[in-house]
Amino acid sequence: MHPAPSVIVFTALSGLGFGLLAFLALGIPDVSGTTAFIFFFLGYALAVGGLISSTFHLGNPQRALKAFSQWRTSWLSREGVFAVLALSVTGIYAAALIFLDQKLPVVGMIGAALSMVSVFCTSMIYGQLKTVPRWNQPMTPAVFIFFTLAGGALLAAQLKLAALFMIILGGAQLLHWMIGDKRLNQEGGTIEAATGLGHLGKVRLLESPHSGENYLLKEMAHEVGRKHASKLRMITILFACALPALLLLFTTPGHATAAIAIVLHLIGLFAGRWLFFAEAEHVVALYYDRHRA
Amino acid sequence: MTTLPQTTQKKLGLAIDLDICVGCHACVINCKEWNTSNYGAPLSDQDAYGANPVGTFLNRIHTYEVKAENKPAQTVHFPKSCLHCEDAPCVTVCPTGASYKRVEDGIVLVNESDCIGCGLCAWACPYGARELDAKEGVMKKCTLCVDRIYNENLPEEDREPACVRTCPANARHFGDFADPDSNVSVMSRERGAVPLFDEQGTKPVNRYLPPRPKADIQTDGDIDILAPFLDTTPSPQKGLLGWLDKALEAI
Ligand code: SF4
Ligand code: SF4
Ligand code: SF4
Repeated sequence: MHPAPSVIVFTALSGLGFGLLAFLALGIPDVSGTTAFIFFFLGYALAVGGLISSTFHLGNPQRALKAFSQWRTSWLSREGVFAVLALSVTGIYAAALIFLDQKLPVVGMIGAALSMVSVFCTSMIYGQLKTVPRWNQPMTPAVFIFFTLAGGALLAAQLKLAALFMIILGGAQLLHWMIGDKRLNQEGGTIEAATGLGHLGKVRLLESPHSGENYLLKEMAHEVGRKHASKLRMITILFACALPALLLLFTTPGHATAAIAIVLHLIGLFAGRWLFFAEAEHVVALYYDRHRA
Repeated sequence: MTTLPQTTQKKLGLAIDLDICVGCHACVINCKEWNTSNYGAPLSDQDAYGANPVGTFLNRIHTYEVKAENKPAQTVHFPKSCLHCEDAPCVTVCPTGASYKRVEDGIVLVNESDCIGCGLCAWACPYGARELDAKEGVMKKCTLCVDRIYNENLPEEDREPACVRTCPANARHFGDFADPDSNVSVMSRERGAVPLFDEQGTKPVNRYLPPRPKADIQTDGDIDILAPFLDTTPSPQKGLLGWLDKALEAI
């Protein structure tokens, strides 16, 4: 799949933002006044910034409000609805805390839960697609959720907790790759199955329907990612999980270590998210005789 | 509404005969012509006369070579347009309700004034039947020529999809798959047509009629009575070329 920068930024930043907001809404860390304001501001900037970035890849962003209407069937619509709910409920908690110095724990808990549901919906936009077998597996939501928990805990200055979530994230991410590598074959991902001509023999594309590129190839037959997949996997695991987790567990906690851990984790997050898109095979590429085992 | 109808009164669609299609792309061109000048946004092209032309099409023809062991390869031209699936994943993923499936005839359409151009429906379609128009930013797909098939301003013989009407080989047929006695139902039954890429669970309405079995061409027997008279072994080369030939053979 084409790794569109706007979508990578959207999923990565809004995931981080909702993670931080979830912790803050649970009263972790226990802050108030100006400090609380700064923490919440960062959470909102990330979450809202991510959401705004997601509208950059739309053909007609001026109609974006319509996207809240089809929550009955569409994960993308649900994502929008839950994101707005999460931001509003958490906003009430934040306002009461910052301006009235009041803690509303029940409101906070609801806000935190809504934030996590919103991230789950984001992951299901991809996880639901039978046409992208690598994404269509239970570890897709797991990876998104644990990225959110790890990044959120890190930004909320819960360094040991962050290290723990990073270790779980590493496991989830490795499983995602192991399962993902088999998914295309499990879904009968061959040109013979796609064309239904397998009973006649081996199939290959003799002539493409068009001599140049088209929307389908640009969007769904990205090849670069798979070429560098193993290197990017190493970078993801090292930077998003292993290095920051080691740093947080085995050094004395402080602003400097936390800052380095954040930078490392962000590099891993963006590398991982880029790869998530770039190495995912879409079955339509089978009709173009791509994805040969 | 992106909730799919439980059933539709009719199941209009195409039966495409893979034995007949000659890969001339006439249906591709007529589809583009009709659909760029009628319902909805035109199908734009970018850099049409430049080095990297791209454009939006609702119908595309792949050409495959199929080869069974010990048999000569065979060519199959494979037209591909929307299959108007009963379990259309492209409809349910749409966040705006722009994509929908009609209850009356099962046609899957996009309401362009609601489409935000997120492209998720194109990702959800296993067949590559949807293309986002680069100029209008809205999703384009086969409409089953909904503006022809019911159009009383057209002469009756033209009230069928443009691709069907134009096919010089008669490889595309239009009809109602809900009616077991319709032209398309009968030919699908007789030719043993199966749903395309069933693994994806989309329950397509369109059917592909598989290529008929070819009479096996024997390559070992004496089918060509002139064959014995043809000297197919090249006469041995002399001089330098002959030496080279032998030398290469020996390596
Ligand atoms: S062929 Fe593709 S676009 Fe057409 S109904 Fe089926 S899934 Fe949707
Ligand atoms: S591109 Fe348009 S029709 Fe397709 S899912 Fe998005 S809004 Fe719906
Ligand atoms: S039915 Fe109409 S829109 Fe669909 S492929 Fe044929 S000509 Fe194109």
